[in-house]
Amino acid sequence: MVVGEMVQEIDLVVIGAGPGGYTAALRAAELGIKTILVDAMPKPGGVCLHMGCIPSKALLHAAEVINTTQSAAKFGLHFEKPKLNVDELRTWKLGVTDKLAMGIVGMCKSAGVEIINGNARFEDNRSVRVEKDGESATRIKFKHAIVATGSRPVALPKLFKKEADMKSPRIMDSTGALRIEEVPKTLLVIGGGYIGLELGTVYAALGSEVTVVEMTDGLLPGVDRDLVKPLATHLATSFKAIHLSSKVTSLEDTGSGVKVGLEGKDLPESITFDRVLIAVGRVPNTDNIGLENTSVEIDKHGFVQIDASCRTADKRILAIGDISGQPMLAHRAMRQGQVVAEVLAGRKSSFDNRAIPAVVFTEPEIAWCGITETEAKAAGREIGAAKFPWSASGRAMTLAEPVGHTKVIYDNETTQVLGVGMVGPRAGELIADAVVAIEMGAVLEDLIVAIHPHPTLSETVMEASMTAMSRIERNRNRETEKQPTHG
Amino acid sequence: MSNEFILPDLGEGIHEAEVLAIRIAEGDQVKEDQPILEVETDKAVVEIPCPVNGTIERIHVKVGEVVKVGMVMVTFGSAAGAAAPKKEAAETKQKAVNDSIAAAPPIATAVTTAPASGNGKSTMDIRHNGVGPVPAAPATRRLARELNLDLRMIRGSGPSGRVTKEDVRSFAAGSLEGTISGASSQTHPIESKQQSAPAAVQSLASKYGESGGKAAPLTEGGMGAAPIDLPDFTKFGAVERVPLKGIRRKIAQNMMQSWTHIPHVTTFDEADVTSLDAYRAKYENEVKQHGGRLTLTVFALKAIASGLKKYPQFNASLDEKTGELVFKHYYNIGVAVATERGLIVPVIRNVDQKSIIELSKELADLSEKTKAGKVELERLQGGTFTLTNIGSIGGTNMVPMINHPEAAILGMARAAQKPVVRNGNIEVGLIMPLALSFDHRIADGAEAAYFMQHVVKRLQEPFTFLLEA
Repeated sequence: MVVGEMVQEIDLVVIGAGPGGYTAALRAAELGIKTILVDAMPKPGGVCLHMGCIPSKALLHAAEVINTTQSAAKFGLHFEKPKLNVDELRTWKLGVTDKLAMGIVGMCKSAGVEIINGNARFEDNRSVRVEKDGESATRIKFKHAIVATGSRPVALPKLFKKEADMKSPRIMDSTGALRIEEVPKTLLVIGGGYIGLELGTVYAALGSEVTVVEMTDGLLPGVDRDLVKPLATHLATSFKAIHLSSKVTSLEDTGSGVKVGLEGKDLPESITFDRVLIAVGRVPNTDNIGLENTSVEIDKHGFVQIDASCRTADKRILAIGDISGQPMLAHRAMRQGQVVAEVLAGRKSSFDNRAIPAVVFTEPEIAWCGITETEAKAAGREIGAAKFPWSASGRAMTLAEPVGHTKVIYDNETTQVLGVGMVGPRAGELIADAVVAIEMGAVLEDLIVAIHPHPTLSETVMEASMTAMSRIERNRNRETEKQPTHG
Repeated sequence: MSNEFILPDLGEGIHEAEVLAIRIAEGDQVKEDQPILEVETDKAVVEIPCPVNGTIERIHVKVGEVVKVGMVMVTFGSAAGAAAPKKEAAETKQKAVNDSIAAAPPIATAVTTAPASGNGKSTMDIRHNGVGPVPAAPATRRLARELNLDLRMIRGSGPSGRVTKEDVRSFAAGSLEGTISGASSQTHPIESKQQSAPAAVQSLASKYGESGGKAAPLTEGGMGAAPIDLPDFTKFGAVERVPLKGIRRKIAQNMMQSWTHIPHVTTFDEADVTSLDAYRAKYENEVKQHGGRLTLTVFALKAIASGLKKYPQFNASLDEKTGELVFKHYYNIGVAVATERGLIVPVIRNVDQKSIIELSKELADLSEKTKAGKVELERLQGGTFTLTNIGSIGGTNMVPMINHPEAAILGMARAAQKPVVRNGNIEVGLIMPLALSFDHRIADGAEAAYFMQHVVKRLQEPFTFLLEA
């Protein structure tokens, strides 16, 4: 109910305090634009900080420690099975996210960005109404608005036999799974994408028997198969089962577990799991914020249509982050946040990035950026791809984990580096080297000439480039030999 | 795929140009390098070649319009070879390589102070094969965006054609280099328009430009004192107002800058050039065979360069911002050339290092090209001292104005036969009046007199050149 209304006028309102929103607000303030940041959650940081990137990495770190103590037996270090205190783990995780949220509050304070809590809704293309339970609503009249409302997990309402089960704690989305209310004995993960596999890895390390059901014929659809293979091999041992080309047909809370209807080769009609995680994708939050009262255009998938400067069809409104299209990744939103703030400050800024890195934080990690081999082939581009196996890396050997490889994708003619993919421990950290190379327009020679520290895993980028270069030279020599001599 | 063609940055201080002629119509099929527009900048008339093969989708400018750097001039429709087969792309690339070799400056002129862009008109070629992104770092991409340049138009000097910041800058600065041409009056579209204008307008308009278009205050850009209100001349009779544009406008701005910033002092002298002129006449034909024109100006250039070496304060600039004197270790002398469009000062570089014959050839070429409006932009820059010769027209002397930010200017008036006293006898001598205006902040009258004497001595006794050589 409307208790009353306050009206505030401002140059810029940013809706959503996730990584995109707070980056945009801080940069705008830095450029001298009066800014208000509105967020529906009590603490800023968005999904990334509270229900995504950060808490999942905290839990994955715990998983890594557990797994490392177990695999250390290979080199004579024998640990006892770790004793898990789920409450302490949860408290530590919350401590991490709270500290980071405080950091954002502090940065906004010193930059002069006002944070308002509440649900924002566009009334027209120059004002939003922010409502908060039990308090008077605020109407913000703005010159410009940046929409950064993010995304939420896809729910699968049709699978539920009883509507009441949709609230069942046994059937979780990624947000619920990150809360780790308990460690179930058996867990079914619906969806073999990166969220399902990361959370599956966490629960498997904590002691759950994890089963994955994926609709397509491979894990991590869209990722180059050679990068997925080492992970699939590893998961085959750490997970109980992975069912590809299979489907979940129904979900029913039995009071003691979840009865899951299944469809697929070698699968029984139904299996009962202690808990189920639905991780089949995310949808943009563009449906409940009054965008229909503006001229902003939304496509059939719910994404706001934007140009290279993140402008929408409504000249007062810009959009960034998950609501503006794929890939729905925090670092893309953050870069877009920089761009929009600069655009509004009158600078010629553009999201012209060539490499948006993607990382799957599993064990081993998978990371890639730029063009993938699959994409290049689909586009009919003449590319080469050269690999360096980590089994030949001194550093990988000393980590007792020589699983993985680094792949460099390059233009055959110019030797420009177009894409890099990696699989192996810490690939997520190593990919940054490749991102810089691609953004700088590097050619293979640049990566070969630049000294990579020895012994580190980063050398594998250099080694893969060397492999590529010697292949090119070999081919050139062969062609020269083929040519008839003149005279 | 549409391509927008914008007016690129034309280099040193040139921000706008007036469209003189449009050689194409919407819907026309055009070929690469075909002239499509003719524009006049502050310094010269420039023919703009077509950057691509394709169709003219839209022309955004009108004749007489003043266009600013970055404005879209023409939109091209999809080029016939937009999806060029690979072989063709490879050929284009080879062509680019050949062009770069051809356009590389010879060693002798590589000492120029202007950025050695070495791109010539071939910069307009589409460089990138269109598949995938142009290799360039983010900061370079931002610079191109700020200058409204399409990276695909720029040849990258880095490995595998990577475009560097320097490539973008030199493309922006030199994109019209080498394409300057004279505006031949026959093809000048203004003429046809003028027929309907009153006769009086015709005469003025032909000199000062079309009477159409917008006039802008001369002090635009924060230069000079506040403009002064004029009385209403129409009270006394009919008047005509013509916008000050192009070269005339630039001269007006330069002169105002010179007059308001430099405390001018002028010193006068005379040189008895009887024997010098006799030598000149004697060797005139020989130099002509080398393709040069031996004039008194050539000797004056040499004499000035020698004087500047001895008195470097006249080859300096005063940096008002830092309070420093900037002494230049190169001797580039500008030679004022009167043209139909106004005064233009092309520069002869490194005069001290060139022989009399070389200077005779270069000066002849330079003044001919300047008069025809065909001088390259690069040859209009980098002067350290100016020589102006009104001798061919007449006058007994003058007070020349310094070409800011130089320190001095030497004026030569007509050398005339006058009675001179030699060895107690009155004889007929060829006497050339000289005037040196100098920046009194940089030098004093005594130094100016010494400098002048140094020059006079060389003109009076040509043998002194030999002693120096």
